[in-house]
Amino acid sequence: MSESALAVEMVGIDKAFTGVVANHAVDFSARRGEVHALLGENGAGKTTLMSILAGLYRPDAGQIRIDGQVVALHSPKDAIQHGVGMVYQHYRLVASQTVAENLLLGLPGVPLRLNAGSFIRQARELGERYHLRVDPSRPVWQLSVGEQQRVEILKTLQRGARILILDEPTAVLTPQESEDLMRTLRQIVAEGRTVVLISHKLEEVRSVADRVTVLRNGTVVAAGLPIRELSTRDLARLMVGDDERSLRSATGPGVNVPSGNHTSDRSTEVPRGWQDGGTTSEGAGSATGSSSERLVLSGVVALDDRGLEALQGIDLRVAAGEILGVAGVAGNGQRELAQVITGLRAVTQGSILLDGRDVTHSTTRERTRRGVAHIPEDRLGEGLVGNLPVTDNAILRFYDRPLVARGWFIDARRVLLFTQSLLERFGIRAKPESTTRMLSGGQLQRLLLAREMALEPRLIVAVHPTRGLDVAATEQVQQWLVGASAGGASVLLISEDLDEVLHLSHRISVIYEGRMVGTVHREEAERSTIGLMMAGSPSAMAGVA
Amino acid sequence: MAISVRLERRVGVPLAQRVLVLCAAVLLGAVAGGVLVQASGYSATAAFGAILDGSFGGSYPISQTLAAAIPLATIALGTSVAFRVQLWNIGGEGQFTMGAFGATAVELIGGPAGWPAVVLLPLMFVAAFVAGALWALFPAYLRAWHGVNEIITTLMLNYVAILWVNFLVYGPWKDPQGHNFPFSPRYPDNATFARIGDGQLHAGLFVPIAAAIVLLLIMSRTRWGYELRVVGENAEAARYAGINVRRTMLSAMLVSGGMAGAAGMVQIAGIIHLLNGQLSNNYGYTAIIIAWLARLHPLAVLLVSVLFGALVNGGYAVSQEGIPQALGAVLQGMILFFVLGVGDVFTRYRLRVSNA
Repeated sequence: MSESALAVEMVGIDKAFTGVVANHAVDFSARRGEVHALLGENGAGKTTLMSILAGLYRPDAGQIRIDGQVVALHSPKDAIQHGVGMVYQHYRLVASQTVAENLLLGLPGVPLRLNAGSFIRQARELGERYHLRVDPSRPVWQLSVGEQQRVEILKTLQRGARILILDEPTAVLTPQESEDLMRTLRQIVAEGRTVVLISHKLEEVRSVADRVTVLRNGTVVAAGLPIRELSTRDLARLMVGDDERSLRSATGPGVNVPSGNHTSDRSTEVPRGWQDGGTTSEGAGSATGSSSERLVLSGVVALDDRGLEALQGIDLRVAAGEILGVAGVAGNGQRELAQVITGLRAVTQGSILLDGRDVTHSTTRERTRRGVAHIPEDRLGEGLVGNLPVTDNAILRFYDRPLVARGWFIDARRVLLFTQSLLERFGIRAKPESTTRMLSGGQLQRLLLAREMALEPRLIVAVHPTRGLDVAATEQVQQWLVGASAGGASVLLISEDLDEVLHLSHRISVIYEGRMVGTVHREEAERSTIGLMMAGSPSAMAGVA
Repeated sequence: MAISVRLERRVGVPLAQRVLVLCAAVLLGAVAGGVLVQASGYSATAAFGAILDGSFGGSYPISQTLAAAIPLATIALGTSVAFRVQLWNIGGEGQFTMGAFGATAVELIGGPAGWPAVVLLPLMFVAAFVAGALWALFPAYLRAWHGVNEIITTLMLNYVAILWVNFLVYGPWKDPQGHNFPFSPRYPDNATFARIGDGQLHAGLFVPIAAAIVLLLIMSRTRWGYELRVVGENAEAARYAGINVRRTMLSAMLVSGGMAGAAGMVQIAGIIHLLNGQLSNNYGYTAIIIAWLARLHPLAVLLVSVLFGALVNGGYAVSQEGIPQALGAVLQGMILFFVLGVGDVFTRYRLRVSNA
């Protein structure tokens, strides 16, 4: 392939955000007339790399060439002048304006007095050419998400984009809309333009792309491989890695948790000791409880915030004392799964049993009383109140219980004692009266976990419990979870970190588009198979489920 | 050498500093207003003298200032409860008016019948609280269950409340001996608060003081206060904690409206002694500013209300000095502007001058 066929070249791109490396020494190139897939897990650095090309971020190091010319892209405007346009996951449209008005917005050389009729005609023609059908005279707020995406693509094309970047475009589309989009993309590249498709869906990449570049942890692991020479399994392996080390070394949960650490002995004991010393000893997590099936979900259906079915019939079982890992790429229903189990989201179909009791429509408080602890994804957004002192956060689950409450009143002295005991037992370095927001990420998560452990939980729903934590805090959090399970509590561990899931879980279920597509025991777990299931490859599901 | 000046966000502002900034802002506003007065050909010193004399210069002005602060403080305490859970209750005006209506409805029965004040006044108070709370109930329900913007609904209901009272005092409740003025019959003595001292100050003074203390205890010592704090700071975390966010919002709004209603009773039983359509002198709106300046702290609400009471009385005093009333309003406006605009900015930010 001759040099001139390269539409874009990025060489040695480095980019870090306040110390976190997003891209390191990344080389990327795409040709004219091809759909080039940029594949990788969440957080692999795909969007960052393409945002650099689109002029949104400036690289710390590296060079960008477009059509062989070195360019400096200081803004999205610079990028569009060089023919680079990007459609982000969150659309940038003016909801109250019509499609035509949105298309006009920011176009250069728009006359003061518009010939609206001819412009609408023009927009309609462009739409028809690319199978991007949308009525130019309709206001944007009336459009479906798929239609809004078409407007975004039209807008980018109309501004003369020769290199079109799409960031996970099918994440919000119905299967039919996705198919239409793929047809559009083929049409666009047939005219000699370039499409860069950011995705983590293997089947989609295989069906539409010519070549693929794979990113993992901010570096390139495969550069511009022709898609025809790769199997879906190859792609999965490239995306999630082929490191079987953690699997082979782990013979049972908790067994290989590093114990040389000075805190380890004590902290693994803490949750158990806490439970044993608990006042409500009503089978505080013993495996010999009324039923060994701690949690059973049957055919659970729930809607997401937009009213679409985020959970499409979830079946899962967690035994007493078991850690069930839920692996999956973000946005496949994990958030909603945690919410239906903790009572924060309504179930439209199906049932949830906790210790054999139907809790499908119980409130969050009732479930908390029955021993459901929840470590939410967003610590400061949901699990803690940043602007209130540590004391108020320590009692978030207990403020109405005899532990600190006397009728309508809250006993400030008991609150302080309880908070101090939490801080001390769990080694949290914070003052009871400190503003919670000021604590470090690790301290915040310790505080949250300490509080949830104090519930003497029978079931812990943990969502990305170690995300963003340093090594020491990660280890401690993992030890607490393992310790709680050894003490008889069940853990539902929802995480994007496949290593963590493989490392801690007894069994691993994979969630994809609101369904559990397969469950494997840890001894049988193969990284690449799980990777395939996470990416929604039907071949893998047939083999395992 | 280039010098750069920029605003830096302050973290954890100590109370003393807030008070200091507040005083400085009042002073700056006074200076700026004084310049305007002087430029208009009047004596700024005479104007300031009049304001100080008229608000704090002696027992009569002080009692007038405190009397003016009573309705402001009572409404603002309620407003601060709603604001605490991020409900922007702009309807203090209407809730106040409905409170006055509720109090009068009871007074019309018990007043002429000669019920003793110890029975009648508490009944009027309760009726006023309930009327104000009910006036806030509808917007609160719409907001909590259907997401309807409470700013619009509470604001619009203000006009409805005033029109309702106007209907009554022009029609069925008009005083037959009132020379056709749109007033209800004058309250008899058993339906009014006792006067304190030689001005308009009355026993209703103890209502905002008691309410502030009770609110302080509620906020720091009770489960409901805790729920208000959590819901206000982070509704997601409140749901996570199992708090019924809707019910908490509803209860906060009911108390907020109830307090404003109670303020209506206190004002009518304390000073006005009859129902008319202009009872609320924009108290409901001024209370919003007070609650905000006091940062929703009950004791600070009392303090700021007294300052606003002083400002009102000072304005009257200026006009008595032969200075046009409009200039008095300009002075008030300048002080308010500096306190609200400049003072608020400098409470939260500091000027950082550095060599760049």
